[in-house]
Amino acid sequence: MTSTPTAVRLVGAADAIGLANAGYRILDVREPVEWKEGHIPGATLLPLADLADRISEVVPELDTPLLLHCAVGARSARAAAYLAGIGYTDIVNLHGSLADWRAAGGAWEAPEQLLTPAQQRRYSRQTLIPEIGQAGQRKLLDSRVLLIGAGGLGSPAALYLAASGVGTIGLVDDDVVDESNLQRQVLHTADRIGQPKTSSARITLAALNPETKVVEHRERLSAENVERLIADYDVIVDGTDNFDTRYVLNDAAVRLRKPVVHGSIYRWDGQVTTFVPFEGPCYRCMYPIQPPDELAPACAVAGVLGVLPGIAGMLQANEVFKLVLGVGETLAGRLLMFDAMSTEFNEVRIWRDPACPACGEGSPWAPQR
Amino acid sequence: MTAIRIPPVLRETVGGSRVLNASGSTVQEVLDDLFASHPALRDRVTEGGELSSFVNVYVNDRDVRYRDGLATPVGEDDTVILLPAMAGGLR
Repeated sequence: MTSTPTAVRLVGAADAIGLANAGYRILDVREPVEWKEGHIPGATLLPLADLADRISEVVPELDTPLLLHCAVGARSARAAAYLAGIGYTDIVNLHGSLADWRAAGGAWEAPEQLLTPAQQRRYSRQTLIPEIGQAGQRKLLDSRVLLIGAGGLGSPAALYLAASGVGTIGLVDDDVVDESNLQRQVLHTADRIGQPKTSSARITLAALNPETKVVEHRERLSAENVERLIADYDVIVDGTDNFDTRYVLNDAAVRLRKPVVHGSIYRWDGQVTTFVPFEGPCYRCMYPIQPPDELAPACAVAGVLGVLPGIAGMLQANEVFKLVLGVGETLAGRLLMFDAMSTEFNEVRIWRDPACPACGEGSPWAPQR
Repeated sequence: MTAIRIPPVLRETVGGSRVLNASGSTVQEVLDDLFASHPALRDRVTEGGELSSFVNVYVNDRDVRYRDGLATPVGEDDTVILLPAMAGGLR
């Protein structure tokens, strides 16, 4: 029996699946860029433009049963006609789209798409960095960071965290924007004086990166609300302004094992460190007992240079990136001190105190062995 | 002489100096020499002859609590850092 020269059959997706299972050789005549986005497993990529040059090498036997497809069936129809014309005898063209194929239960292989095309464009300058890449960007997009305070430290930290694609930024602040804040709290603007800082921050961050979800917690951190506030976040950025809050936050973070990136500033001087519960020291390892409030003069009393919280907040954001990405060395166990007047950076080591009331050997919150 | 870094919150106590020099071969001796020239510092750094629990003292980058406390030896080239708890003040 001789085959007819017009050996091209048109089949729908369900029949094509049957033929593929029966051993038909699948030729995908789309372009490589389309192939990369997903293809039928076991198919051979042979773009229509290369067909004439390469078919005898790819399919040497003219009687090989062939199943051709492209995206919707047009290019593969031309390919089928060409192949029939040069002597191939058993050619099937998938009539319909690859979506039909997949809907009918056809096998499909697609690379895991970590980022949408828009995300790939937006974050391309940082995904180029080997330690970040698309997987790291995915981690940033999935991360949840809580900023205690939408003020001097929180402003630069929030801006850069949002810009880089941190998925959720929570802001804890019960204050409103005051004219005297604007010298350093760059989240806020002159036309938003009197507005809650959290909503002012949300406007700025939404304009910068609509993809970042901003959660407003318009309250002041306290022993009563601290666990509820921090429970759903991965990393806490501490920009608090008083010892009460700092100790309340420390103890809750140790209990719930949340890393806290600590920053404090005074006039020309700043300090930054990272507390990772039960891996490095906590705030109580440094200062076991809460100092009296008169040792904590506020900006309103002491004054502060605008760039100081800028520098400290950016160093805090840098710590957040490393914690989220799981790369590099954080400041855990080191206190970084900088003096803007002399532009000097120094650091001292901080140790985990075995007698620490929060994370020491007698801690009720220590991990169970 | 040993250099002692004065933290910002204590600078007003010493006329604004960022670094002061003092003599001694232990933390105790260096601090006593410092307090002799700047008496107002004593009450901010010590309480009842012991180091205040609100001020950490480092020799270079090491916390003296994890060494020999006030008896920790200090060399001429060492730097002593006084580091009180700093709350921030950010609102």
